Amino acid sequence: MAEMDTSSGGGHKKGPGVKKGKKLSTRVDLTPMVDLGFLLITFFIFTTTMSQPTAMPLYLPKDVQKPEDQNKVKESAVITLLLGKNDQVYYYEGIDPTKMMSSNFKAIRDVVLDKKRRTDPKDFVVVIKPTQDATYKNTVDILDEMKIDDIHRFAMVDITPDEYKLVQATEVANGIK
Amino acid sequence: MGRAKLPRKSTNIDMTAMCDVAFLLLSFFILATKFKPPEALKVDTPNSVFTKIAVDKNVVLITIDKDGKVFFSVSDANPNEKAEIIDAISTAKNLSLTDKEKASFSKNPTAYIGLPFRQLKQYLDLDQDEQKRVALTGIPVKDSTDNEMVDWIRAAVGAFQGTKMNILVKGDNASKYPSFQGVIIAFKKNDQMKFQMVTNPVAVPAGSELWKVNMASGTKGASS
Repeated sequence: MAEMDTSSGGGHKKGPGVKKGKKLSTRVDLTPMVDLGFLLITFFIFTTTMSQPTAMPLYLPKDVQKPEDQNKVKESAVITLLLGKNDQVYYYEGIDPTKMMSSNFKAIRDVVLDKKRRTDPKDFVVVIKPTQDATYKNTVDILDEMKIDDIHRFAMVDITPDEYKLVQATEVANGIK
Repeated sequence: MGRAKLPRKSTNIDMTAMCDVAFLLLSFFILATKFKPPEALKVDTPNSVFTKIAVDKNVVLITIDKDGKVFFSVSDANPNEKAEIIDAISTAKNLSLTDKEKASFSKNPTAYIGLPFRQLKQYLDLDQDEQKRVALTGIPVKDSTDNEMVDWIRAAVGAFQGTKMNILVKGDNASKYPSFQGVIIAFKKNDQMKFQMVTNPVAVPAGSELWKVNMASGTKGASS
């Protein structure tokens, strides 16, 4: 046991007028102090290494005006994700937005992975269209999702006004304010 | 048996030495901790599995706070580029900034721009303490006809010619997409197709595709 002997002063003399009959021990156990010290050390070790912020790179495709230069996307190999308000994600396969289904960020991984499994890896593309109600966090989360699901071909494009109306209609139908 | 028992040895170890070493190590780590520079803008960045460390040299930082206000700043290590940028903006927009006003931006390490051009001269004229008290409205980006970020990025591209410029976007979780979209449009107009977004690192979810890829390559492919 760790000890510090501080009783050197009070041991020997029994002078006149000593009121206390019994001598109390003044030994201090240092073990908890050492424990605390090491706890603080490990805390500082971890905070110094983890204080650097990381960055997510994003490469934008060049805007091409001519339709023949744009990358052709196979209708059967594309899934479109629309980011709505309140962390909702709507998705549809192919090019028909009226069939959109609603989901959230937790369930979207299964949807995307399922589509990925069913599709030829050469043609698989994910199109991401955030609406004006989506937050920055939604956008970064969905890009993160692309990385987690090991999807290399994805595009972030502007939503068309018709699609936005459909998203709003779906939100009303689902009772999301 | 009259043999005397072995003299009883004391089993108390003196721990003062261990205590001293512990506190010495603790002091070392306390002093070695680099404190983050006081952030003028409070931003809550989202999480991401990316492990690439954010660069801190030759950085042009676009900050988007939770209300969607956009701010422009340059890393402290580039005062010459800052001076060039503010010069270029002053001439391009006919702001006729005095040298004192230009120095207020280029010499101040934590300076950032958060106002439209027409309010800039007035703002730069104030002292640093007064500047802190001004309620900033952010650089206008949402209007496609009035995207001032285009001009700021163009000035930055001109100032950093010859060296590699790193564009960093630091957005708050709660900011809405239109501000971010405006910033992206400004990048595209200046042909800056590569940029990075500042995030907090989180662990890759176990069992996911990326996790499998990392396991297969022995975490050599962990950073992208």
